[in-house]
Amino acid sequence: MTAVQTPRQAEQGSARVERRRRPVTRGRILLHVFLVITSLVFLFPLLYAVYTSLRPYAETAKYGYFSLPRALTFANYAHAWQQSRVLHFLVNTLIIVVPSLLLILLLSSFVAFGLARFGVRGGKWLLIMFTAGNLLPQQILLTPLYQAYRLWDDQNWVVEHQAFIYDTYWGVIAIHVAFQIGFCTFVLTNYMQTLPHELTEAALVDGAGAWRQYWTITMPLCRPPLAALATLEFTWIYNDFLWALVLMNTGDKRPITSALNNLRGEFFTDNNLLAAGSVIIVLPTVLVFVLLQKQFVGGLTLGANKG
Amino acid sequence: MAVSTTGVPTGAPAPDVPTRKGKRSAHRWTRRDRVVLALMIGVPTLISVALVWVPALSSVALSFTRWDGIGLDSIQWIGLRNYREIFTIYPPFYPALWHNLIWLLFFLLVPTPIGLFLAVLLDRELRFTRVYQSLIFLPVVLSLAIVGFIWQLMYSTDQGLINAVLAKFGAAPIDWLGNPQLNLWAVLIAASWRHVGYMMILYLAGLKSVDPALKEAAAIDGASDWQAFRYVVFPALRPINIVVLVITVIESLRAFDLVYVINGGRNGLELLSVLVTQNIIGEASRIGYGSAIATIMLVISTVFIVIYTLNIFREERR
Repeated sequence: MTAVQTPRQAEQGSARVERRRRPVTRGRILLHVFLVITSLVFLFPLLYAVYTSLRPYAETAKYGYFSLPRALTFANYAHAWQQSRVLHFLVNTLIIVVPSLLLILLLSSFVAFGLARFGVRGGKWLLIMFTAGNLLPQQILLTPLYQAYRLWDDQNWVVEHQAFIYDTYWGVIAIHVAFQIGFCTFVLTNYMQTLPHELTEAALVDGAGAWRQYWTITMPLCRPPLAALATLEFTWIYNDFLWALVLMNTGDKRPITSALNNLRGEFFTDNNLLAAGSVIIVLPTVLVFVLLQKQFVGGLTLGANKG
Repeated sequence: MAVSTTGVPTGAPAPDVPTRKGKRSAHRWTRRDRVVLALMIGVPTLISVALVWVPALSSVALSFTRWDGIGLDSIQWIGLRNYREIFTIYPPFYPALWHNLIWLLFFLLVPTPIGLFLAVLLDRELRFTRVYQSLIFLPVVLSLAIVGFIWQLMYSTDQGLINAVLAKFGAAPIDWLGNPQLNLWAVLIAASWRHVGYMMILYLAGLKSVDPALKEAAAIDGASDWQAFRYVVFPALRPINIVVLVITVIESLRAFDLVYVINGGRNGLELLSVLVTQNIIGEASRIGYGSAIATIMLVISTVFIVIYTLNIFREERR
């Protein structure tokens, strides 16, 4: 293998070197200059947020925000972290994200398995229903959903005056799951359709039931799309603002993104603190993106492009 | 696979195929397996229907009623009156509709072409192309609420960077987010900051699927870069352009978080999505109004969702 590949690789290598060397002309350099500037322009708002967050308020008050630093400090971070109980709201986010993520992947892979590996009549229409549901602007569901949640709790069916759906984590998790299984079902069905049928056929001959075919044969093969979807869905649910804003009433229970508005009013009183708070809140998603960038981009284009 | 599918005429024999397939596998599934499969498909379907489709259609039903939201028996059927009132005497409706339209046009005319342009530049053998891509894409992972926060550091009147720079030139501070003539544009720039990367990534994926032989042929025929793009590459991007159009329309209708964190969606920043929300959790909660506006959004988005699904599921046939 290696013996065969080596000359070809060498050839490719030299071709690439040649190709690369040829265009190291003014055009290429200009292109790089342009792209560096563009990247910096796109990065600038974030860099500026980090810069502002590191400056003491007294200094910016004296010299203005458009000035060189005299002192840089993490005091704003300590301040924002302690005062606004960021950790508390991040935990709220986790309470919503983790169950949502697991349920979304589990339920959508169920449907995908059924549709892709088992000829269901009308399966295509079912898939269209799932896909289209995910494209609806959320506001279309908002009013009846809000009313239904409230009415459900007003019935006092189980325990008197106890919230079961409205203003609870389960209520928010439920709508995330319902809304996002559409997208994941679409992606996973397409992926499972590309898996060779012989795999499950062989298992069938061995007498494996539907569940075993799903759990021990199909799911392990679906790791790539599952990883991509987990990355995407984590970011989307972490970033959700609307559902928790409307379906939760107690400010203290809200996840971090929805709690932002109140935090600004109460704790992030100057722009330096606001910047520090924003950087803290942005950090988890940026970290996930930096570490799992391939999954993120892969999932996004998988969904839009359909392979 | 593709050959056998296209080999089947779409007429009479077509229904035969799924049946045969279904029967073939049905024979091998035990009763227990069928129950398992029915549950696997049925439970998620039920969840989706109950929490997405029933509420969506209930919005349509509620748009013909007047209701205070307390108890189901107080729902009153009033026909088209909500719509009549929205179109005639509900002040924020036309501004909201107009702002959504501006939002859409701005997205189509500014960040989308920039994203396409960057994708074309980056879709080649180029050193650091991955780094450039990641940096430009980075804002896409931020929520629009956070985007609103980060851009307030730029726009705020007395603590914002832009006015601080202007002050160095002796200019008076400008109320970027408070002035109803300006704030929509300020917000659109912030939103575009995030949208460009999204468009770029979609177009990069689209460009990868353009046959390189096409470009080579154009180059051999002596086409300039621009000509090759205009007459060869761009027409080949048609499928992705449809995706981009639909995503942009939907995103423009969904726009909410950004304006809501800035000023609650008032004073020049009214949007349809904000009106729906205000009619639930705002001071003046009119469920009928909110539902009627949601129904208008549903009608607009349905057109594009149909285009999208047709596009995708027809592709699959090929």
